[in-house]
Amino acid sequence: MATLLLADHHEDHLGDATAKALTAAIQIGGPVHILVAGTSPKGAAAEAARLEGVEKVLVASGEIYGHGLAEPFAELLVGLMGAYDALVASSSTTGKNILPRVAALLDVMQISDISKVDGPDTFERPVYAGNAIQTVKSTDAKKIVTVRTAAFAATGEGGSAAVEDISAAGDPGLSRFVGEELTRSDRPELGSAKIIVSGGRALGSAEKFKEVIEPLADQLGAAIGASRAAVDAGYAPNDQQVGQTGKVVAPDLYVALGISGAIQHLAGMKDSKVIVAINKDDEAPIFQVADYGLVADLFTAVPELISELAKTRK
Amino acid sequence: MKVLVPVKRVVDYNVKIRVRADGSGVELANVKMSMNPFDEIAVEEALRLKEAGTATEIVIVSIGPAQAAETIRTGLAMGGDRGVLVKTDGPTEPLAVAKILAKIVEEEKPGLVILGKQAIDDDCNQTGQMLAALLGWPQGTFASKVSPEGDGLTVTREVDGGLQTVALKLPAIVTTDLRLNEPRYASLPNIMKAKKKPLDEKSAADLGVDVAPRLQVLKTVEPAKRQAGAKVGSVAELVDKLKSEAGVI
Ligand SMILES: Cc1cc2nc3c(=O)[nH]c(=O)nc-3n(C[C@H](O)[C@H](O)[C@H](O)COP(=O)(O)OP(=O)(O)OC[C@H]3O[C@@H](n4cnc5c(N)ncnc54)[C@H](O)[C@@H]3O)c2cc1C
Ligand SMILES: Nc1ncnc2c1ncn2[C@@H]1O[C@H](COP(=O)(O)O)[C@@H](O)[C@H]1O
Repeated sequence: MATLLLADHHEDHLGDATAKALTAAIQIGGPVHILVAGTSPKGAAAEAARLEGVEKVLVASGEIYGHGLAEPFAELLVGLMGAYDALVASSSTTGKNILPRVAALLDVMQISDISKVDGPDTFERPVYAGNAIQTVKSTDAKKIVTVRTAAFAATGEGGSAAVEDISAAGDPGLSRFVGEELTRSDRPELGSAKIIVSGGRALGSAEKFKEVIEPLADQLGAAIGASRAAVDAGYAPNDQQVGQTGKVVAPDLYVALGISGAIQHLAGMKDSKVIVAINKDDEAPIFQVADYGLVADLFTAVPELISELAKTRK
Repeated sequence: MKVLVPVKRVVDYNVKIRVRADGSGVELANVKMSMNPFDEIAVEEALRLKEAGTATEIVIVSIGPAQAAETIRTGLAMGGDRGVLVKTDGPTEPLAVAKILAKIVEEEKPGLVILGKQAIDDDCNQTGQMLAALLGWPQGTFASKVSPEGDGLTVTREVDGGLQTVALKLPAIVTTDLRLNEPRYASLPNIMKAKKKPLDEKSAADLGVDVAPRLQVLKTVEPAKRQAGAKVGSVAELVDKLKSEAGVI
């Protein structure tokens, strides 16, 4: 039994998601090899080799792997899967794009977004926006699995796996990368932040969102999240959406400001350790999951919160 | 160009589902069912391509029980031209759905298939990618913008870090994200008209597809309930509790 883990990375360094998905991969069954495919992902490969519990790191370099295009990645992975019993990736947009393509080519039913490994072929996964948890057993010869990283702790460092270059597979020539618009931010990433401050429709405009949410996030060293309503209205970029169809997060502290708490939003944050909600409607459903709820107008409460926090930090 | 839109009948997104106490699944009797919200967006996008003169015919396909015909009628009332219902008993996994859709594609020869990115019941997010694999077509998943360009398609995708734009050769697969468009409501006259639009029925067996599940669902349970906490009376109390009680700041 050997498991291949597809890494999420930024060429010169590895994303946090890989170390979390690795925990699931090890539970499924070792030895675990990590595939780092990119334009020239030397730095990411070196970091992958240092993760604990990795036997080997495979590196595929080439322009066609620079942007996570599913078609060339699937070709590469199908070529490698002869030697593996399981393929694992995080439920990042890259993992979700690529793995089902590989699964279909291998005639395997993928197990999406697992939250627990019960055995080499048995997994738990949330369905219905996390309102039910299914335990499923795969009868396929190979297991293809994406991992809800918020549900797994990252493995530690201290490993020293061998790094091996492998040759690129062909380019099927079906799709071409045109460009990207990535949100640049010095804040922690949503997926790995210890604290997240999220804003909802109540913020009312992009200016207000920035003016109210950012200073609090600065004060707490937090990542910024948003409800779908806030993203749809253009107050926040799409990659900040938390929920069933956005990112699933589980920070130590999640602060929901002017968010009602629709089930689709709760699906993305209800496993946070501590939840704080500020909402002026004392019946807002968010209060049913909040450890600390404050019924207040956020436009007065948040500035007050910032100055209280400043006091305690001195 | 013909456009195929697969639509799934799912529990309405406003329904708070109930998990059966014996672990056997989610209660589906007498629950309001609707078209998967992402599929409404897919139908809308196809309609816009037709209005722009790119698409010529829109075929709405659903795989499921006899009642999935209602879901197809919803798509026809929005403006789809005709429907195909592939009847199956019991839930059909994405791999089987993709295989059935591949057969329909062979028959219909569309230039584009637009699916939802995710069904809100199984939350699988697989079918479009699997169909693309089976057909050997390119895929533009999680689309927030679709523009025909020459003999191809430019698709803007919602990715973790922001937005990515890719160019696809046609024929292609697109899966929709929430911000692609705002689906229209069907008007009453259009709902009436939709009743007369053609709707073909087939079975998975007619198409020669094995739909036997590959995953055994051992049990379905409710997630651990979160204890609702307490309301605090002031910002000062909140900060104090976060510090001394929760220890998170
Ligand atoms: C298929 C599908 C998928 C979805 N996926 C997601 C998802 O991934 N993530 C997501 O978030 N949503 C998702 N949604 C949308 C979801 O159903 C809700 O519409 C959305 O979460 C509402 O956002 P909101 O809480 O910001 O807005 P609202 O529900 O409008 O809530 C605003 C809240 O702000 C409060 N408020 C107003 N003014 C103030 C003030 N001055 N001070 C304090 N409080 C104030 C109000 O009392 C209210 O509770 C999805 C919906 C569908 C159909
Ligand atoms: N039974 C079905 N009938 C028609 N379309 C389906 C069916 N199941 C899935 N789909 C399509 O595939 C998309 C993704 O579903 P899933 O992979 O199950 O999350 C849906 O949004 C639909 O467009």
